[in-house]
Amino acid sequence: MTEQGIKQRGMAPQGTDTAEAAKPVTAKPVTTKYVLAGFGGQGVLFVGKVLAQAGMMAKKQVTWIPAYGPEMRGGTANCSVIISDRKIGSPTVGKPSVCLTMNQAAYEKFLHTIVPGGVLYVNSSIVADLPGRDDIRIVKAPVNDLAHDLGSAKVANIVMLGIMQALTPSVSDKELEDALMQLAGKKPELAELNRQALKAGMEFANRL
Amino acid sequence: MAILMKGNEAIAEAAIQAGCRLFCGYPITPSTEIPEYMAKKMKKAGGTYLQAESEVAAIYMVYGAGAAGARVMSGTSSPGFSLMQEGLSYLFAAEIPCVIADVMRGGPGLGGLGPTQADYFQLTKGGGHGDYHPIVLAPATVQEMIDLTKEAFDLADIYRNPVILAVDGILGQMMEPVEFPGTYKAKILPAKTWAADGCEGRPKNNVISYYLSSEAGEADNLRWGKKMAQMQAAEQRFAELSLDDAEYAFVAFGTSSRITETAIDMLRSEGVKVGLFRPISLWPFPVEGLQKRVPQIKGWMSIELSAGQMVQDVRLAVNGRAPVGFYGRQGGMIPEPEEIVAAFKTQILQGGVQR
Amino acid sequence: MKTVFAKTAGLTDRVTHYCPGCTHGIIHRLIGEILEEMEIIGKTVGVAPVGCAGFCENYFACDIIGAAHGRAVAVATGAKRAHPDRVVFTYQGDGDGASIGLAETVSAAARGEKLTSIFVNNAIYGMTGGQMAPTTLLGMKTATSPYGRDESMGYPLDLPKLLAQVRGAAYVASVSVDNPQAVREAKKALKKAFQVQLDGLGYSFVSILSTCPTNWGVTPVEALEWVRTKMKPYFALGELKVPAEEGGGEE
Repeated sequence: MTEQGIKQRGMAPQGTDTAEAAKPVTAKPVTTKYVLAGFGGQGVLFVGKVLAQAGMMAKKQVTWIPAYGPEMRGGTANCSVIISDRKIGSPTVGKPSVCLTMNQAAYEKFLHTIVPGGVLYVNSSIVADLPGRDDIRIVKAPVNDLAHDLGSAKVANIVMLGIMQALTPSVSDKELEDALMQLAGKKPELAELNRQALKAGMEFANRL
Repeated sequence: MAILMKGNEAIAEAAIQAGCRLFCGYPITPSTEIPEYMAKKMKKAGGTYLQAESEVAAIYMVYGAGAAGARVMSGTSSPGFSLMQEGLSYLFAAEIPCVIADVMRGGPGLGGLGPTQADYFQLTKGGGHGDYHPIVLAPATVQEMIDLTKEAFDLADIYRNPVILAVDGILGQMMEPVEFPGTYKAKILPAKTWAADGCEGRPKNNVISYYLSSEAGEADNLRWGKKMAQMQAAEQRFAELSLDDAEYAFVAFGTSSRITETAIDMLRSEGVKVGLFRPISLWPFPVEGLQKRVPQIKGWMSIELSAGQMVQDVRLAVNGRAPVGFYGRQGGMIPEPEEIVAAFKTQILQGGVQR
Repeated sequence: MKTVFAKTAGLTDRVTHYCPGCTHGIIHRLIGEILEEMEIIGKTVGVAPVGCAGFCENYFACDIIGAAHGRAVAVATGAKRAHPDRVVFTYQGDGDGASIGLAETVSAAARGEKLTSIFVNNAIYGMTGGQMAPTTLLGMKTATSPYGRDESMGYPLDLPKLLAQVRGAAYVASVSVDNPQAVREAKKALKKAFQVQLDGLGYSFVSILSTCPTNWGVTPVEALEWVRTKMKPYFALGELKVPAEEGGGEE
């Protein structure tokens, strides 16, 4: 596992993805490009919506595009999200800087699309220990198990969102939680579960 | 307050806000969120969502409702739009206002579900029989879809002409922050005194599309020609980006214009003075705006999700005064900005394309 | 002087273009009379087909929308859904309603669209000069079945019989206008069809066996005889489906 301190040297990838990505992150506008992928039902589209909602609430530019059509059939799902400090040109994400793979098919499909210096989050509860890459950070987290410990396997996606927030945040913790509550906080018991899941993810990440 | 909304849903909501109370359609990917949203919201708005047995029937339901004076629309994707072409010819001839959204996907044939702009010809050239053009509007953001949808209904009523929203699958499926009601201000419109909605208290109206003699047929066609000339004079729309100091220009609409914007950033960072001319009305094509830039531009390049359709209109407008290149992807594939940069360098900077 | 007969206000003063011996004129008059008697001329929208009746907007006194070939019922659906308080009818030939527009007819019936279709069946394409229709009888010679229609060209479609099976169709009748009594019965059926629409019960459909002396190559008198001897035995006649309160409909 590559465990470089992405957070310490800034979250923006140092790769060759776009002009703005190649610039130092501290003074320049930041653009984060996500691909979030897994089985249908694992909630990857929802994770994308929470990120986009949070980005919007943080007054950033955002886009969210689902893979649709034949890609939806056969149970796989993925979406692309961009969160940026500046106007978003191309809304499609061919080369993500942050990628989430909730199952093995997604891992195999997207591993080699990530820009050098990017981060790949892997649901290690169900993705086997496969060959990775040395030029990206790969964060493995058994989110199915972590969610199960919270009492609901359904929130594995939110646990992973918490991990992503801890390591590669695009918005503040509060903005993310507010966005999550807007989208999934209408029922009190669900709100509490989601809040716990987010927290569990962040705590897991801080132990890494 | 901004909300996140899919492009397809934004079209549907904007239509309801514009006073559309009847939607007739047949579900087809990637435009299904339009009928789904209408099915959910029309009833609450006091209107009707009507699922037709086919796109053929749908366009004629639109025809009947429009002829009876209603604000009516349909939404479909490329194969469905092909089926509507006969009806659009009739709608033009009978001068019935309506709005149709075409959320384009791959073709020809059943094709794929991925995004394309390969309906450009059939949208802008009058894809059915006879001499006609619908007005065709091409938004590039979800917010612009809201404003153009609202404007489309007014333009349809003003000219008594079909208006088409040309959207690719990405824009239909994409969520972006949007604000309602948007920036479009509704126009004051003439009463539909021509509508066939019952002749109580007035002479009877017929809304028809045939003529019995060739002389009458030519007269009708000449009158429609004048109307189309009026639309061409008054309704050319475009947007420009970084063109004031530009030596080179891309031409692109919809999603490809967004990708091109990123390519322009990359080229500008290398010191290449390049900008974007973005047609918003595909018909009438914004010839006048483009031609104003012809004297300063040393090379043009059309970027499309097709084999190169709009590039023909670009070449007509440039009229041999500079090279016009083209780069596109097909079948649902989306170009990366790097591909556009590379193609631009080969074709335009290195002179790969002659004028 | 006492007026004993006057032209109905449901028709305009235009002279029709129909051929001598064609029954479109009779059927137009019946519809015109019904619009007048039911006092619905001003609230009715008719939909014209493509075919011989494609110019009927010149003859009916109500508003008319001209449809494309086969699409009259879809057009009528749009008009009715836009204005549910209006009376909407289609006037179609056999090619329009039973061939190119069959999907529209059956689908509108299945949806129970509250409109009325008048289906004029003369077993031939009249407007284009006498080609085979979906209702052309076996053995019948037309411009595109010059040796007579045989099984390889398919069988004549009895559309009202088909529609009577469709749940959303509230009233389906098949009548003719080949003699004065038949004309009276046809008018009764047409009036009932409009009443079913006004009562909001569902789709109503009246098929009327009609003549085409020009394309059949016979005299007007022979044409009426041909309806009686050839068409009536083949096509089901009478009220094929009536609203539920009259014992019709299905569970």
